[in-house]
Amino acid sequence: MITLSGVYKAFGSNQVLNGVDLSIARGESMVIIGGSGTGKSVMLKSVLGLVTPDRGTITLDGQDVLKQERDAFLARFGMLFQGAALFDSMPVWENVAFRLLRGSLKRPRSEAREVAVEKLRRVGLGPQVADLFPAELSGGMQKRVGLARAIAAGPEIIFFDEPTTGLDPIMSGVINELIREIVTEMGATAMTITHDMTSVRAIADKVAMLHGGIVRWTGTVAEMDATSDPYVQQFIHGRAEGPIPSVR
Amino acid sequence: MNMAAGSWLAGFLAGVLGGLGRPVLGLLATIGRVTLFALEAVSHIFRPPFYWREFGQAVMQIGWYSLPVVGMTAIFTGGALALQIYAGGNRFGAEAVVPQIVAIGMARELGPVLGGLMVAARVASSIAAEIGTMKVTEQIDALTTLSTNPMKYLTVPRLLAATLTLPVLVGIGDSIGIMGGWLVGVTRLDFNSATYLKNTVDFLQVWDVGSGLVKGAVFGFIVALMGCWHGMNSGRGAQGVGAATKSAVVSASVLILAANYLLTEVFFSA
Repeated sequence: MITLSGVYKAFGSNQVLNGVDLSIARGESMVIIGGSGTGKSVMLKSVLGLVTPDRGTITLDGQDVLKQERDAFLARFGMLFQGAALFDSMPVWENVAFRLLRGSLKRPRSEAREVAVEKLRRVGLGPQVADLFPAELSGGMQKRVGLARAIAAGPEIIFFDEPTTGLDPIMSGVINELIREIVTEMGATAMTITHDMTSVRAIADKVAMLHGGIVRWTGTVAEMDATSDPYVQQFIHGRAEGPIPSVR
Repeated sequence: MNMAAGSWLAGFLAGVLGGLGRPVLGLLATIGRVTLFALEAVSHIFRPPFYWREFGQAVMQIGWYSLPVVGMTAIFTGGALALQIYAGGNRFGAEAVVPQIVAIGMARELGPVLGGLMVAARVASSIAAEIGTMKVTEQIDALTTLSTNPMKYLTVPRLLAATLTLPVLVGIGDSIGIMGGWLVGVTRLDFNSATYLKNTVDFLQVWDVGSGLVKGAVFGFIVALMGCWHGMNSGRGAQGVGAATKSAVVSASVLILAANYLLTEVFFSA
């Protein structure tokens, strides 16, 4: 279980997180929604230790994430970045097998390549893609390669940072379906950041809305549709009028 | 009126002193951060894991692919130096010292300094641009989530490769530069080829070459350090990466010239 308790983070005078409290149960798919610049990515990066909170605690299975042995801690995670964040100096298969080519999970290159090709197949990409470089792929293919990299080492927890941003509706649907399938198949805990309500409905077991640096609302997708919370209603229906200012 | 004037003067002085102090404090803070970055990078050189593949690629990028530019710079510099020394020496009948001065000039100063500056232009910029782009596209964060320390994976191989390959480049540059002087001496200044070479070999001492190689290693460290530091601290977007690239080249060049003076003081002041 991942638990955030009273997490604060500011960048200079900009207070981004203002006391975030959130729990994500093991095997649960939690989707975080909220306007741009509300600190969703900062929250996710705080869990991974990429950003250090100013105050508050973040625990994984009851242990403070900042006090855990880094390699063992990070080995439990996979992450799909917003822009895929593929390493453009290496071919696709080396990107996917990155963890398997170095460090504690190191395997022989031929074996790592086999795993990479299998993971690429899992996300719907053929073996011919393995030797291409990221710059030769479309945005959708890059996202799929990023997804293959995130699941390559069989993580227990997977983070998805805006997985469908910049993709056409069909490719968004494909990525959403893949995420749902993979999370269910692997039994992984998932935390997804998105603005895309189609993604929310496809991926989420639970939804949390971040606004003003705090988690303003949490519940299931059905509860989200039924809630009278004006912030949630404004956001999910994309209305310009409401408590969330349209000019920020 | 007097009180108002006094208050204005105090405000003015505070403004002037503040204006002078802020950049100085900023500079000191930056020096401190760069020093800590360098110390951390050096400490990682001696601690596993080691990324040999990345080190090999860095050796190729920094050393091998810099050979043409260093070679071209050295040959033209050696030739020009021979012409200048001949013309200058002619004023007091000292034309015969061309081989010796070309050799000592290339080995002690021009080989390492020009080699360092050319590599700074070529390598510090490319390292800063590459790492800066990786930072703004979240590739550095991705490295961390993949249990890979960016300092070990990106900085250490480049730092080590530049420190080890630049002395080799300087050695090659020295040889090519001296050859450039010999070529001009023999073809344009009527020197006897064998005499020119004998004078060069007889005059040059081991420390003349050795000091240049040590300078090369220091300059290589500076080039990679500035490239990595500015890349890792790049601002957002294309403008941020562009600024990081420019700063890497400028700071590496200035530090090379400053370090050259300091090393020359240490090595050769009587």
